[in-house]
Order: sequence, then structure tokens, then C-alpha cells
Amino acid sequence: MTVFWILSPIMVVAALGLLFVRKAVHAALLLAVVMISLAVLYAVLEAPFLFVVQIIVYTGAILMLFLFVLMLVGVDASDSVVETIKGQRVLAIAAGTILGLLLGVSVGQVTLGTAVGLSDANAGGNVQALANLVFSRYVFAFEITSALLITAALGAMVLAHRERLTPKVTQADLARQRMQDYADSGRHPGPLPAPGVYARHNAVDTPALLPDGTAAESSISRVLAARGTVRTAPVNAEDIDQITRQLGVEVDTAPEVAGKVGAAASTEEDVR
Amino acid sequence: MTPYLVLSAILFTIGSVGVLTRRNSIVVFMCIELMLNASNLAFVTFAKQHGNLSGQVAAFFVMVVAAAEVVVGLAIIMTIFRTRRSASVDDPSLLKY
Repeated sequence: MTVFWILSPIMVVAALGLLFVRKAVHAALLLAVVMISLAVLYAVLEAPFLFVVQIIVYTGAILMLFLFVLMLVGVDASDSVVETIKGQRVLAIAAGTILGLLLGVSVGQVTLGTAVGLSDANAGGNVQALANLVFSRYVFAFEITSALLITAALGAMVLAHRERLTPKVTQADLARQRMQDYADSGRHPGPLPAPGVYARHNAVDTPALLPDGTAAESSISRVLAARGTVRTAPVNAEDIDQITRQLGVEVDTAPEVAGKVGAAASTEEDVR
Repeated sequence: MTPYLVLSAILFTIGSVGVLTRRNSIVVFMCIELMLNASNLAFVTFAKQHGNLSGQVAAFFVMVVAAAEVVVGLAIIMTIFRTRRSASVDDPSLLKY
């Protein structure tokens, strides 16, 4: 019972968090907490097979599927707090409280007596005993399950399938389009400049510098620009000063540049 | 065994309230999973109470059905998201017009 009293508050708090967190990803992680705790409770309740299945199927497969869809839909898609039906939230919470009280009272009324325990049923091994049941008494349900799984797989494939409405763009089409753009608007037909070229860092968030020292916007991913995480050359220069101070190393005498005449002068600031 | 059943009831209640109050369809789905898990806990508890493995077999089948249900449900959510650019449960109400 010790495990139960440790895990049950955690589970209830995590489940309540599911009601209040704004971001769906946080909800998924809280659900993972509940499911792993449940798996441990299954192990305590003499169900080692279900313990493993709970970990593999629920936390492994189903929750990962949830996270996968969340990533597709957009992690930032948080819940709106606008009530579309007036008073719905209050009524839902009231109904939930009534349901909880009803269930709690009815469970509390029942006298269960001492638990029989599964030591007899699990005598030959829990998995063997379950297999005996699944392939004898519940074999029909088992067969129906296979039909259900096939139907679900087919349904998911049909729902996820998308007909191609426009013809596929080939390499030749892309090249033609590129030359057309060049002719029409003078857009550079070659590849975009790589980030960090002639800048102090070669990280993807550092824009390449043009000959006049300004940042080349096209060298940075549009996503980074939209998030506003692009680092400018002055910021990087500050970083270098800070790190130099932390390390207590003189840049000119540092092993990487020591002895190289004009090594420090090869950076863009000095050239400018 | 009663505490286990009470915990199961609490989790089921929280799941049902979540289904009613949350707007994001994926979170609603998670709450449904929570309710299924709560019922599974009750199944496993009763299996131990009665010394009978049928409860565990039932919990196993619930897990299989939940897996199938999640696959189809998430595919539906993806399809709605593709056309509506939203995963909110309020937007498919346009279906009635």
C-alpha cells in the first residue's frame, strides 16, 4: 500500500493539471506521469503483463502518437479560454462533482472483504495464465480485435490520404521557374548564401555579412527570423568579450590565434 | 482494495470534466484516454479482489481498443486541422449549417 499512497497523490495532481494547463504538450506530459504511475500500480496489483503493456502501448505508442500530432498541429496552439456556450464550464464542473461524489459514495458503500489475491491464478506465470484465457474463453473477442485493428489501420490510411490536385513539380520545372524569376524580377537564381559566412560565428542564427558589413537576410531561415532569435554581429562580439573575461585569456595570445600574424584582424569588424 | 477503486473513480471524474471543459480537441482526446485508464485500474483491482484473471484480460482488450480509437481519432483531428487550420472543438460546429 506504500506505493499506492505515494503514487495516488501524484496521479491525482497530474490528472488535475490536465484540466488547467494551457498548452497541449504540457497536458501530454502530465498524462505520461499518470500512465507510468498506473503501470507501477498494475505491477503492485500482480499484473506484470499489463505493467509492461501499459508502458509499451500507452506511454510508448499512444502518447508518442499524441505528441507527434501535436507537433504537426503546432505546439503553440494553446487553448482558448473563451466560453462559447454560456455557463457551460460551471455546469460541467458541477456535473463532474456530482459524478465524483456519486462514484465515491457508491464505492465507499460497498464492502469488498479481504482480497483473494492472484497467487493461485498466477501460479504458472501471469503471462501463461492470461494467454490461456485469451486463447480459450476470450478467443472470439481476440479475433474481433484483429478485425478492429485492421479497420482502424485502414481508416487512418484513408483519412490521412490526400489526393494530389496539381501535377508534381519536377527538377526541370523548378529550374525553369528559377530562370523565369531571374528574368522577371532579377532574383538570384543560385542557392541562398549560407549563414555565418564572413561573420564571426558559423551558427545558423548568425546571418552572413555582405561586403559592406550589413547582414544578408536571405542567409537566415525564415523561421528564425520570425521567432526573433537571429543574432547580430555586435551581440556576438559582446559574447566574445564576456567569455574572454571569464576565461582570463588574452585573445591575441590564445593558442588558436597565437603566432598567426593578423589572425584577429581577419574578422569582419576589423576589416570594416 | 477500496482506495484503488476510489482513485479510479477520481481519475474517471477528472477525465469526464476535462472532456466537458477543454476546447482543444487533442486535450479532449487525452481526457478520454484518462477515463479509459481509470476503468482499466478498476478492472485490474477487481481481478485481484476476486482472484480471477478475467479482469486483466478485459483491461488488455480495453488497451487494444484504445490504441485503435486513438489512431482513427487523431487521423480525424488531422483531417479537420488540414481544412480548418484549428484543433478547437468549437469550429466543427460549422458542420450544422
